[in-house]
Amino acid sequence: MSSWSLARLIQRTGRVAEAAPTTPKQAGFEPPGELRGSVQVRHVDAGSCNGCEIEVGAAFGPVYDVERFGARLVASPRHADVVLVTGVVTRNMAEPLRRTVDATPRPRVVLAVGDCARDCGAFAGGYGVAGAVDDVVPVDLTVPGCPPEPDQIVAALRQVTGR
Amino acid sequence: MSPVTAGLVAQPVLAVVAVLAAVLPRPRVRSVAAGTAAAALGLSGVVTGLMALLGDRGRLQIPVSLPVQLPLDPLVLAPDRLGGVFMVVAGGVGALAAIYGIGYAHGPAASRTGWTAFVVFLLGMQMVPAAADSVSFLLAWEVMAVGSSVLLLADHTARPQVRSAAVWYAGMTHLSFVLLLAGFAVLASSAGGTSFADPAGTSSAATSTAFVLLVLGFGTKAGLVPMHVWLPRAHPEAPSHVSAAMSAAMVKMGVYGVLLVVVRLLPAGPRWWAVLLLVLGAASALFGILQASVTSDLKRLLAYSTTENVGLMVTAVAVAMLLRDAGQDQVADIAWVAALLLVVSHAAFKTSLFMGAGSVLHGTGERDLDRMGGLGRAMPTTSAVFAVAAVGAAALPVSSGFVAEWTLLQSLIHGDGQVDRLVAVALPVTVAVVALTAGLALLTFVKAYGIAFLARPRSDGAANAHEASVSMRAAMAAGAAGVIALGLAPGPVASALGAAVGAEGIGTVGLLGLDLPAADALLDPVALLLLAAAVAVPVGVVQARLARRRPRRDVDLAWGCGGVRLSPRMQYTATSYAEPLVRVFDDALQPSRDVTVGHAEESRYLVQRVEFHQQLVDVVEERAYTPVVATLERLGTIARRIQNGSIHRYLAFSFGALVVVLLAVTW
Amino acid sequence: MVTVELGFIVAAQVAVAVLLTPVLVGVMRQVRARMEGRVGAGVAQPWRDVRKLLRKEPMRAAGSGPLLSATPLVLVVSSLLVCALVPLVGTPTMRLVPDDLFVVVSVLLVGTVALALLGLESGTAFGGMGSSRHMTIAGLVEPTVLVAVYALSIPVGTSALSAIVAARIDDPASVVSPVSLLAIVALVLVVLAETGRLPVDNPATHLELTMVHEAMVLESAGRDLGWLELGSWLRLTALLGLVVNLLLPWGVATEATAFAVLVGTAAVTAKVLLAGALVAAAEVFLAKVRLFRVPELLAGSFVLAFLAVTASYLVA
Repeated sequence: MSSWSLARLIQRTGRVAEAAPTTPKQAGFEPPGELRGSVQVRHVDAGSCNGCEIEVGAAFGPVYDVERFGARLVASPRHADVVLVTGVVTRNMAEPLRRTVDATPRPRVVLAVGDCARDCGAFAGGYGVAGAVDDVVPVDLTVPGCPPEPDQIVAALRQVTGR
Repeated sequence: MSPVTAGLVAQPVLAVVAVLAAVLPRPRVRSVAAGTAAAALGLSGVVTGLMALLGDRGRLQIPVSLPVQLPLDPLVLAPDRLGGVFMVVAGGVGALAAIYGIGYAHGPAASRTGWTAFVVFLLGMQMVPAAADSVSFLLAWEVMAVGSSVLLLADHTARPQVRSAAVWYAGMTHLSFVLLLAGFAVLASSAGGTSFADPAGTSSAATSTAFVLLVLGFGTKAGLVPMHVWLPRAHPEAPSHVSAAMSAAMVKMGVYGVLLVVVRLLPAGPRWWAVLLLVLGAASALFGILQASVTSDLKRLLAYSTTENVGLMVTAVAVAMLLRDAGQDQVADIAWVAALLLVVSHAAFKTSLFMGAGSVLHGTGERDLDRMGGLGRAMPTTSAVFAVAAVGAAALPVSSGFVAEWTLLQSLIHGDGQVDRLVAVALPVTVAVVALTAGLALLTFVKAYGIAFLARPRSDGAANAHEASVSMRAAMAAGAAGVIALGLAPGPVASALGAAVGAEGIGTVGLLGLDLPAADALLDPVALLLLAAAVAVPVGVVQARLARRRPRRDVDLAWGCGGVRLSPRMQYTATSYAEPLVRVFDDALQPSRDVTVGHAEESRYLVQRVEFHQQLVDVVEERAYTPVVATLERLGTIARRIQNGSIHRYLAFSFGALVVVLLAVTW
Repeated sequence: MVTVELGFIVAAQVAVAVLLTPVLVGVMRQVRARMEGRVGAGVAQPWRDVRKLLRKEPMRAAGSGPLLSATPLVLVVSSLLVCALVPLVGTPTMRLVPDDLFVVVSVLLVGTVALALLGLESGTAFGGMGSSRHMTIAGLVEPTVLVAVYALSIPVGTSALSAIVAARIDDPASVVSPVSLLAIVALVLVVLAETGRLPVDNPATHLELTMVHEAMVLESAGRDLGWLELGSWLRLTALLGLVVNLLLPWGVATEATAFAVLVGTAAVTAKVLLAGALVAAAEVFLAKVRLFRVPELLAGSFVLAFLAVTASYLVA
């Protein structure tokens, strides 16, 4: 695509982000004050079917645009404030998940996204399943759904950023 | 008796004392006694040199008359200001190397021969810049060469490479001697005497011949490309305190020789002399640093970096000649001072670097950077010294190297190219060469320090490293202190050095800053440091407050993507660090790589092991020297037919020779 | 008295740089977000990011040394020093610490080296990789920087930046001379390479194998990372500010009065933000080049700088 047609495309497309919905506060979760307004997210796929990944991707995409609330994906848990975990925790991912959370500087929030992450969902009792995320690391916030709507993921992250 | 004369008498006397100490029976006592005496010899050189640099004149005539029918002037030792600079360098480096040697020298290097050769080497080196005529110059030169050759051979029974290195060194150093002898002979016949005070004749053919011979001779000693081949062999194989003295002081005698020729002996020459020096200097700087940046043998890296630095010095000299020739004397003066600053600065940081490398070798048994790592914890002093010296070598503020490079760049950008086409072409090219050299030097020394002293050990030797002994640490710390002191006080240093080459208008500004009115530029590192401190204070206050609130948390693992425990083998090595550079410059470096992939037995799709070999060659050596050496070897094989051990044949040879002589006599 | 006034300008520069930097990065991200059809996090987001990072705990893995906590501070101090030296707000500088470009470049390099050592100190494969690439680029950029500086210094006869900028205010025609334009184009490429922008490095990448800057800081957390981010952004402000003041020298304070400093502050803020917006907009149209194509880019910029020098000698 030539630069000119790219410029035309940008001009024609304009804003694709949808208007921000107003979200109710989830009871029982008080975000750490340090994280107000800025949250960096490290995503860990602990054994997901990739359904949640698609939704997480959509939440960070231009339409839902969670970046407008100050949340950003980063490459290392050392840079992160939120560890976003999807899927049941498989036996092979239990230790890496523990290490990832340990590698995240405090204050930090562990966010379990999807039914599998909350209570193993459809995979409960599977031979390779070590448990839900809560069985491996302490979880601060959960998003239900199989898979959850991007809106719900955005809403959960907004709980943390407070915006 | 003037102080300089006293110093000239004291040095041989101290050398005799040191030699007497060197023949003491017990190795431990011998090292301490001879090292201390040699350090005293070095210090006497420093004092004498300083006196000469500050303008004191002294003279020592050696009462020897040679029974030859040649126009020989008396043998005179009388250092001028320029000689004083180099005597300070030789003495200072020698003294540090001697102190370092007390703790470092062991085995053959601490033998009677080892210490005696060290003292002789040191004395020769200190006498070279004192010589005031070519015969005494060549005598001192040869004393220096012989002493260093013997020292180089110290470990020849332990490692066969030492022998090869010594052969190369002996060959090159005597090539240098022959060239110098020829050069001085041409000069003496043109001037009518061997004293440096005799004015050289005006015959351009003779002076140009002498110039080329002398520059090639001195260039060989200084390690200029393409005569540099002995450096990367000799420096790694010599004991480290000897490498330090050779690299930081002995090669400087080559630079002294070049300065002697262009400042004192043949001050007015055609322009192509300067161009010749510029080409030699620039080629050495670039080639040296390129090789240094890709090598992973620490001492070899330092040796190539010496070639680079000598290249920069000669470049500065050439620029000064060009500008002097173009009538821009004031800017030329800056370039002269830059050349001397480079000399002094290199002496300080290269001594420290070689001593640091020696401590690493001593503490780990490793010379290969690929097998080091994490030495900073076991060897804190060595690590700190190496870091300071590496900052100097990378020309970062505030170090001696920064001051020297800054002065050189100031002289380059203030040359007026509008009046002179040659200057207009030469200066931008030189700026580019100096800049690329500086950039690659930065990478080289980040690599050398970072790979060796940071992160985690890559071998057992590095894991079990131990710190150097007290005398070694003291000598290293003194060297590092020199690097910083020269970097903090450039004004007085540059003024003194300026006097040595007759440069005017080099002043001191502020406390210790360097002022170059001709370039409308000044540099006060102390003030820069104060400004840095001023901006650092708020940062420090914020940091301290934050640290009280949230302390640092210790964890077991570096972040390895949550996977298995990181192995030190997963770290970048020196070879991998330089890999992008090897790719960028693959035409100049001609790397040959060999990748062998081993498959598992079950399936060829499963990779079991991968072996990677990379070899980099010295292109100059391969193209210029290998064919010559091969031809010489072939000739040697042919010559074996003449000399086959048969007595009959030898008798026939003598008979034939006798007949030829008789015929020649009766002709 | 004079010293006090000059110190006033320097202090103003540092303050302006510190306050302007998060806004500059915010504007650049915002422009990019808008062009991508997003809403964007707002221009204050980088400030929130740094505030948060500075309040989080730093970490130290077993086996890493004191450099892990020292290098971020070295980077910040060196960047602040560059901001103090470069004529952002005004040209008068302190007599004993002139804003000589060679000094500025070496202070900048101190920060570069600190980052590279940090990458090595972490002892991970990514850290070493980033460090090696970073130093290769830094080494190859050096000739362009110095030759471009050389070209700019020839007409003025000094390498002091304030003198160069002041001369441009006096003689605006010199800004559009071929020498000056060639040198500035070369400098722009250098600034992009030094600050890790596209097409040399992608500041928004999450893929470890494609990155240079991010790979070195992967191991730093919390406060350490906050300083590192701030230090790198300050470099961007200083270098961008230098280039715009060379290209559009108007508004730069030439005397140390309160009014001149106010005008200078407003001018530099406007110019830097505009330049940042332009860079961000241009980045939308650029792809990152392969690492081994970067030397070709740098060689190209070197040729431009060299042409500038020869032009100033042979054409003028």
